[in-house]
Amino acid sequence: MGYVAIKGGGKAIEGAAEALEALRAGGSGSDPLSLNAIEHQLRLLTSRIMSEGGLYHPQLAALAIKQMQGDTLEAGFALRAYRSTKPRLLETPPQDTGNMRLIRRISSAFKDIPGGQMLGPTHDYALRLMRFELAEESPEPFRRMASTFLKNAPEEALPDSFPKVLDSLRSEGLLPPKATNRNPAFDITRDPLIFPVSRSAALATMARAETGSMLAIAYSNMRGYGDIHPTVAELRVGYLPVMLPHPVTGELTEAGEVLMTECEVIAMYEPDESESAKGAAPEFTLGYGACFGHNETKAISMAILDRALQKGMRDGPENPSEDPEFVLMHIDGVDSMGFANHYKMPHYVTFQSDMDRLRSTREKYGERGETPQEESHES
Amino acid sequence: MNPNYQLTDSQDSYGFGFLDEFAKREIRRVILKAISIPGYQTPYASREMPMGRGFGTGGLQLTLSMIGPEDTLKVIDQGSDDSVNAVNLRKFAELTCPDVSTTESTTEATLIQTRHRVPEIALREDQVLNLQVPYPDPLVIVEPSEAKRKIMHGEGDYARLLTKLYEDLVKFDEITISHRYPTRINGHYVIDPSPIPRYDVPKLHQSQALLLFGAGREKKIYAVPPYTNAEPLVFDDVPFRTENFYNADGKRRACNRCGSTNSFLDELNLEDGSKAWQCSDTDFCNRQLARTDAGEVTQ
Repeated sequence: MGYVAIKGGGKAIEGAAEALEALRAGGSGSDPLSLNAIEHQLRLLTSRIMSEGGLYHPQLAALAIKQMQGDTLEAGFALRAYRSTKPRLLETPPQDTGNMRLIRRISSAFKDIPGGQMLGPTHDYALRLMRFELAEESPEPFRRMASTFLKNAPEEALPDSFPKVLDSLRSEGLLPPKATNRNPAFDITRDPLIFPVSRSAALATMARAETGSMLAIAYSNMRGYGDIHPTVAELRVGYLPVMLPHPVTGELTEAGEVLMTECEVIAMYEPDESESAKGAAPEFTLGYGACFGHNETKAISMAILDRALQKGMRDGPENPSEDPEFVLMHIDGVDSMGFANHYKMPHYVTFQSDMDRLRSTREKYGERGETPQEESHES
Repeated sequence: MNPNYQLTDSQDSYGFGFLDEFAKREIRRVILKAISIPGYQTPYASREMPMGRGFGTGGLQLTLSMIGPEDTLKVIDQGSDDSVNAVNLRKFAELTCPDVSTTESTTEATLIQTRHRVPEIALREDQVLNLQVPYPDPLVIVEPSEAKRKIMHGEGDYARLLTKLYEDLVKFDEITISHRYPTRINGHYVIDPSPIPRYDVPKLHQSQALLLFGAGREKKIYAVPPYTNAEPLVFDDVPFRTENFYNADGKRRACNRCGSTNSFLDELNLEDGSKAWQCSDTDFCNRQLARTDAGEVTQ
């Protein structure tokens, strides 16, 4: 009888890596992608990877995209793994997103908002018609595009920052006041989620969650497995100055900036029967979403889920999207894609055990004459 | 971003054991807690590793946080040192832990990382076995909510698990749990012993070696300390049964390579349509073969 061994794993892995690299190069004799081209021309992809990788580093995100041949889950994963090698140096104080240098901000709640609506770079009202002229683009006009845009931009000076839309509603007393007792932020990279978790932990988990997973659960809430009819009070995209204490003076100093997307949704008021709310006038409720980079779908989904989870935490979940454990344990791309893919690994031993159980059970059925005896091809 | 910023151009910036030192210290502390409360699923802030969740990131974090240059590491998957995932994890350990020696010998290893098997050769006091765990909680088959399961564990409430076993007997006349068999540790917590076959469960009982279980994706570490009771969940009148390798005539099959009749066997489908059985633990098989060749053992 022949001897069959599980051998040659090392060689197989090397061969697989070579085949993968060969496909990355392609057969067309094209030039390798530059990180600069990925970072800027695929800026929304880079945004997504930074956000899901939980690390603000556009160049490394671009490298991950290049290396993983455009697989978003793998690229976010590579960035996350790189992050595991880095110690946490300090905690930032809470950052004021009112100071964001905006490239876009809209409100769907009011026609006119202090500072004005600013549509900015968006596909929202673009016709999704294929632009065939981009198929063969000549480099010269392409390179001039940005400078031409800036030259033709109106001279009027834009303010450095814009007031938040919510502030005006808050001044009317239609919204709950800003939380004053600031507990330290929950750091999901240093502490595991043990349910029930704080809202801070939920927000942190969602901020680096996989866009599609979060969209799917938020969409279930919008469609009817939930009752949030959100109004986007404000969606803003821009560069947030990161303020850190100066190492010598302790004074808050701008250490850099991060591109980010922030969304605040308002949902209808609802009865609050808690002791603390007794006698208080009803107020709108809020949901908050924010993530690294320019990713509006993610920020909106997160804001809707934040509102749904707050309701679930208070009254008990009535829908999957209101259940913190259901939502927070199933939206991480690294976890879910890793586990889905691990099923490709050998499971010889467990399957052997499965067969043992099935055979034993079938034997007993056979003894009782309930199923035909299993055919035996055993040697 | 700072326009003068330059990416590093080498892999040398990775420290010993890949993880940053704070992470390793945290994991070691969690291991101590897990040993102190046998069978308790201790939560920890699992780090992302450069291989997929589900590919052994939990076991690997255990290994990397405790390994030192004086250690000898063995990595097995399905009992084999040379299966793709074992090779991959061992290569990663070699890359990130210079000076650590690796081995395929169960007896030479000080640290063994494994998936789905406990080695056939009994382990010693000076050895640690790190098992990779996909599902840390045996209650997940009867209760999906982790918050509720945590309460059930605290109260030692395994009634629903026992009911599931009873229902199996009613429906199939057999307990259908084939692997990951719920096992009670030190008389209290019931663990999921990782997807080892039932054949390996008795090896956990009063083991001389420390047994650690790492679930990376589910962010839990638990332990069966040396000389601790580990008892599969059964009924007084229904004994625990391991996989049997009897043929149609009721004779125990032997490994067709080394001839052993006391090891867990892989069932192989050969080209000619027939079947063969062979030791799943390749190091054990090689040892038996060497001894048979030397004329020490005759089956």
